[in-house]
Amino acid sequence: MNTSLNLNRREFLKVSALAGGGLLIGLYLPGRLEAAANPATAEFTPNAFLRVAPDNTVTVIVKHLEMGQGVYTGLPTIVADELDADWSQIRVESAPADAARYGNLAWGGTSQGTGGSTSVNNSWEQLRRAGATARAMLINAAAQNWKVNASTLRAENGFVIDAKNNRRTSYGELASLAATLPPPADVPLKSPKQWKYIGKHVPRTDSADKSSGKAVYASDVRLPGMLTALVARPPLFGARARSFNATAVKMMPGVKAVIAIPQGVAVVATDFWSAKQARDALQVEWDDSAAEKRSSDELLAQYRELARKPGAVAHRAGDVAYGLKDAAKKIEATFEFPYLAHAAMEPLSCVVRLGDNACEVWAGSQQQTLDQATAARIAGLKPEQVTIHTLLAGGSFGRHANPTADYVSEGVEVAKATRALNAPIRLLWTREDDMRGGYYRPLYVHTISAGLDKRGRPLAWQHRIVGQSILAGTMFGSGIKDGIDFTSVEGAANLPYTIPNMLVDLHTTQAGVPVLWWRSVGSTHTAFSTEVMINELAVAARQDPVAFRRALLKDHPRHRAVLDLAARKSGWDKPLPKGRWRGVAVHESFNSYVAEVAEISIADGKPKVERVVCAVDCGVAVNPDMVRAQMESGIIFGLSAALYGEITIKDGQVVQSNYHDYPILRINETPDIEVHIVPSKATPTGVGEPGVPPIAPAVANAVFAATGKPVRRLPIRI
Amino acid sequence: MVSLLINGKQQEVDIAADTPLLWVLRDHVGLTGTKYGCGIAACGACTVLVDGQPVRSCITPASSVSGKKITTIEGLSPEHKHPVQQAWIAEDVPQCGYCQSGQILSAVALLSAKPKPSDQDIDNAMSGVLCRCGTYVRIRRAIKKAAALMAKEV
Repeated sequence: MNTSLNLNRREFLKVSALAGGGLLIGLYLPGRLEAAANPATAEFTPNAFLRVAPDNTVTVIVKHLEMGQGVYTGLPTIVADELDADWSQIRVESAPADAARYGNLAWGGTSQGTGGSTSVNNSWEQLRRAGATARAMLINAAAQNWKVNASTLRAENGFVIDAKNNRRTSYGELASLAATLPPPADVPLKSPKQWKYIGKHVPRTDSADKSSGKAVYASDVRLPGMLTALVARPPLFGARARSFNATAVKMMPGVKAVIAIPQGVAVVATDFWSAKQARDALQVEWDDSAAEKRSSDELLAQYRELARKPGAVAHRAGDVAYGLKDAAKKIEATFEFPYLAHAAMEPLSCVVRLGDNACEVWAGSQQQTLDQATAARIAGLKPEQVTIHTLLAGGSFGRHANPTADYVSEGVEVAKATRALNAPIRLLWTREDDMRGGYYRPLYVHTISAGLDKRGRPLAWQHRIVGQSILAGTMFGSGIKDGIDFTSVEGAANLPYTIPNMLVDLHTTQAGVPVLWWRSVGSTHTAFSTEVMINELAVAARQDPVAFRRALLKDHPRHRAVLDLAARKSGWDKPLPKGRWRGVAVHESFNSYVAEVAEISIADGKPKVERVVCAVDCGVAVNPDMVRAQMESGIIFGLSAALYGEITIKDGQVVQSNYHDYPILRINETPDIEVHIVPSKATPTGVGEPGVPPIAPAVANAVFAATGKPVRRLPIRI
Repeated sequence: MVSLLINGKQQEVDIAADTPLLWVLRDHVGLTGTKYGCGIAACGACTVLVDGQPVRSCITPASSVSGKKITTIEGLSPEHKHPVQQAWIAEDVPQCGYCQSGQILSAVALLSAKPKPSDQDIDNAMSGVLCRCGTYVRIRRAIKKAAALMAKEV
């Protein structure tokens, strides 16, 4: 199956000719080219989301970024089912930037973008209607052809079938007639019993291209005359270039330009290696008078001080001071979380072609509307003059969805500054650029004071969070209400456990280190502190951690159901072999519910995670195998953070630079993972992020079981 | 000028002798299936086969492999029909896909040395190739499936 780009025909021919044939075969779209060549055989384009071509292919237009989470399969699954298409007919194409047609409905529909595990959820009704409407029109076209009543016909596997007269006709044959018919106003959607693909196994549309080197990422785009840009960025966040040795560097082989842009100094050369050599030789004097010079240790110390004082209230119930005073047993704990880099395998990159009245951007664009507007502003164009070609992203985990559109901004700035060269610009970041480029998951300190009554029931819970705001100073600043950035407290302010006296408050700090959402956002830290603390309370109350949680989750049946399922499948009630310990955690994020049981051993003073059992309730599992894949992915991603993840800053400089000092989990450290899905009829919710939050606390709780010492900082050190 | 035998085709490239093989493949020969991940042989995304052995192309000067047989992901099989690719597709291993060329070529090298790899063999051979999406569970399964497919072919 082809994973296509939204290159137009002219572009396609140009790009493929340049690449020397075979390489970009993944782009080939027979139906599209045929239609472009012969407008008389127009394709059937009933809506913005699908196209039926005379050659019987069905192209699903996907408005979201495919970054590994599976939208190029999950979203077409929804269309194919309601359309009654055959899965082998389905092709995938990324949507152009067009907020009016492709806005994310979970964000009010005014901005196109991918994030917050919303892709399936916000597309669910939209794509079901798109598929069902097209099916109705194809049936109407067949009825018109055969001069029969449409109600006597049915659709199946890409054909309209007239059972009474024992005949059938393919969607491709009906495409041009269907294109002339009015779309019906309201069409019935299938009942779950009629689903053919939803909830069943459907293979990914992109596995073949991604297993053969044909999948195209931004860094793979090659345009005629294209030059490569690397940017030297300041060693301290907030510093600016004062002067640099442009003349000497410009004389190096392959170098075409050495030029200041707002982000630093750009070196533009014929190819990566020439650009890299030149940038290595570049000497820049930086003005760091406005730069952040603090170390992360200093920030931590300041945050710990702040945590002694009350903050802005995010949630209050009962009287926490009274509850704590009245408690029979009290625990006070401080939790610490480092900055974290996203560290996707593909460093940031984009290609920009800037003309007089047009700008084209090739990128793994996660916020098309924002990237388009930002490119337009820098280039002095209107947004509609900017074309965004959304390619596959080699991972993102939130990094591509930057409110400052940082890497696209850089690409356009370089193209603008080198306009005289009249060349498309490929902006590449090295791994070091990516690791040291900021936009980290913020550093946080939490304190929790909790008390149990005489019978071991939680009586009071005071949770204080200290850290930078992700939304402050961005276009999403309106998400901050009464001093509370909800992304700082999500997962804590809505703690599901029944506790009569609660207070959750927040100190939002200022620091010059740029921060950003990182796969599962607030839940990356709130799930840890809350689930470690609730576990400590269970142990203090001499109760089983699962039973203790269950009793407090009476009003939260979906939490309870995943907890029960994970416990049962892990053999929670059965004794473990010697040298093994387990821990559990349950957490809801993005309206999906996940519980994980981690089984560990201890080797060389470090926890080794042997087995993880995961239970997830994400409503209808549109594609169960991809739900499993995302849980596996989230668990491994979360384990990297639990065991290793830590960006530290020394005198304003980021210490880590590459995978050798910012390790991520390797195959030999990967546990056996079992994923169990709770059957559900609820509207589907996301799975890209919710697998992450429970794993670190589950492992920490297992370490607590093994050592008797609570784990209160990440990464875990015994 | 460096002469390279890439996927069975002799190619002359006009480059500085210290240019890493990775960038010759990507920028000069136009074979972009081999990926840049770290530049210091720490992630394995750039893995290619040189005389059948897995090599990190990001730190391998192109001039040092002149006269040797270089295989990239594009040269493995014309229609992704290599048993390892077939197994990868059957198990739906890739997520973002960026590291998979390196994973697949490392697995090919493993299976040619050890047609029936143990779990330990798989861990040893594959632990140098990072996957940020965490496809490791499926990589293990796919390698075993590929081993079975290859045993059938023989």
